[in-house]
Amino acid sequence: MTADSAVLAPELRAAPASEDSSLAWLVSDVLTITKRNLIAFTRVPEFLFFNSVQPIMFVLLFRYVFGGAIAISGPLGMYLKHHYVNYLMPGIFVQTVGFGAVSTSIGLAEDLQKGLIERFRALPMARSAVLAGRTMADFVRNIFVFVLMVAVGYAVGFRVQTNVGGFLAGAALVLAFAFTLSWGFAAIGLSAPNSETAQVMSFPILFPLIFASPAFVPVQDMPGWLQAFATRQPFGPVVEATRALMFGGPTATYVEQAVAWCGGLLVVLVPLAVWRYRRAGRSG
Amino acid sequence: MTEAIEAVELEKTFGATVRALDKVSFSVTAGTVFGLLGPNGAGKTTAVRILTTILVPDGGSARVLGHDVVHQAAQVRASIGLAGQYATVDENLTGRENLHMVSRLNHMSRASSAARATELLELFHLSDAGDRPLKTYSGGMRRRLDVAAALVARPAVLFLDEPTSGLDPQSRIDLWEMVEELVAVGTTVLLTTQYLEEADRLAQRIAVVDVGHIIAEGSPAELKAAMGATVLDVGMADSAAAAGVAALLAGMGAKAPAVVGNNVELPVDDGARAAMEALRLLDQHGVVPSHFSLREPSLDDVFLALTGRTTESDGDLAAGTAPEAQGGRGGRRRRRGTPSQATTGERT
Repeated sequence: MTADSAVLAPELRAAPASEDSSLAWLVSDVLTITKRNLIAFTRVPEFLFFNSVQPIMFVLLFRYVFGGAIAISGPLGMYLKHHYVNYLMPGIFVQTVGFGAVSTSIGLAEDLQKGLIERFRALPMARSAVLAGRTMADFVRNIFVFVLMVAVGYAVGFRVQTNVGGFLAGAALVLAFAFTLSWGFAAIGLSAPNSETAQVMSFPILFPLIFASPAFVPVQDMPGWLQAFATRQPFGPVVEATRALMFGGPTATYVEQAVAWCGGLLVVLVPLAVWRYRRAGRSG
Repeated sequence: MTEAIEAVELEKTFGATVRALDKVSFSVTAGTVFGLLGPNGAGKTTAVRILTTILVPDGGSARVLGHDVVHQAAQVRASIGLAGQYATVDENLTGRENLHMVSRLNHMSRASSAARATELLELFHLSDAGDRPLKTYSGGMRRRLDVAAALVARPAVLFLDEPTSGLDPQSRIDLWEMVEELVAVGTTVLLTTQYLEEADRLAQRIAVVDVGHIIAEGSPAELKAAMGATVLDVGMADSAAAAGVAALLAGMGAKAPAVVGNNVELPVDDGARAAMEALRLLDQHGVVPSHFSLREPSLDDVFLALTGRTTESDGDLAAGTAPEAQGGRGGRRRRRGTPSQATTGERT
């Protein structure tokens, strides 16, 4: 046998591992795909850069262009000591992870388009690892972007009014919500014919959810019908709960609602994404 | 002889009417290369996707190394390798990272994944490029890495879906030599191709596929015997002149000459002798062709010999093909001689 043929020689492998070790392999597969996606982020620094520039511009826009004209009325104004930036930043955090979720849909649409998912399907790996690895990597990216936005917020005058515990609880809520959204946008990405379409499919969904919410202005000043929507869609309670955790005010109801939204959405969105994954690319 | 792959009456329909596979059966003997030869849209890729557990067939069944592709998909995946017509590798990762990832997803240990990546990079002459992102690779390098990725787990059965479409001639020959080495050490290979030359060189058996049907199967020698070893190609100014030349040459070969556009094509067994005789005949009748050549038979010639039509004609179907499947696919391109142009993807 030559050196080449030793490298090429086939080998009949044992049957797939037992149940016990398949859980270990599931974890390993998820971590392998997560790592692959994280490496990809570092190889396209432009993506991460422009992904961060947009939320920073939103901070500057609302802080310095619109901020002066927005009056925070009601009991909240007192807690915020009339600083709009303190009102604004929790909204920005949630908005940032909201728009960031689009990259989950773009990433999966791209994998599908380029045939990578096809290759993964022919490998003896866990089926769910492609999705879990993508949402995990996006979770890590969201931590990075969140930290960046906190720093930007501090630079423009934002200060936590409660305590470290409240701030960390708010951060945990924002990131949990980000992870939840990722699964929804995974389903969108797997339903899109290509990554460009995945992107344009995502914005009309996000826009009303983000802007018809208490993210930038209090809902009391919206027309009644819009108020009803703004407080009954997931971004409403998540923004209010984050704001309450970081800046004070009654937290319990908002946090309960926000956690319920995250849990409820995960129960729906995870199976939806898995279903789209099973179907994706199989029609021709 | 053991059968490494057995496909029995595979059926797959996309949408309401596109019949990608219509009761396709074939088997591949272990340790041999089996070629699925056909034009774009013939159903070759669909067959590969079913055999590699990516798609579930609508009807029929298939086994790879005795494992059912639907009910024992995990066992099948553990023993196969797949290299697609698109180099399905991650262009943001380096060559080494790609191989490492595929090794880990094949559930190899970290240490053996790393060692395997190194030896495969070396074997495929990618050691120098191994730590560069794939974005910097040429098409040929990408394709080599794709094949390397298919080999990480030392598969007993390798699926190569149009492995050389779009490759330059040298990369094509390198890949052919690699396939020959793989077979020499006992790998079973299922190869799809649009190039008769490729199937002829690599495969022990060839099945010619057209609109979801196998229209001929045999050894390359048997298939070539059916159409003549060489094609005499005479080009004329217009189709009327071509028809005249066809009448002139009618008695020469075992088969009747075919008029394709302004060309007369005649399969012959002894090229040199036929050329001399044809030139004599043309000269006697004062006919000066615009083009006169001898060439290897192409996929078109196989189709012409088997169905009485070329791969580009969409009407006038031979009996036994599925007319309804024709609707969805235009754009069959005529290919002759050595493959030179990059092919567009066939995903149905």
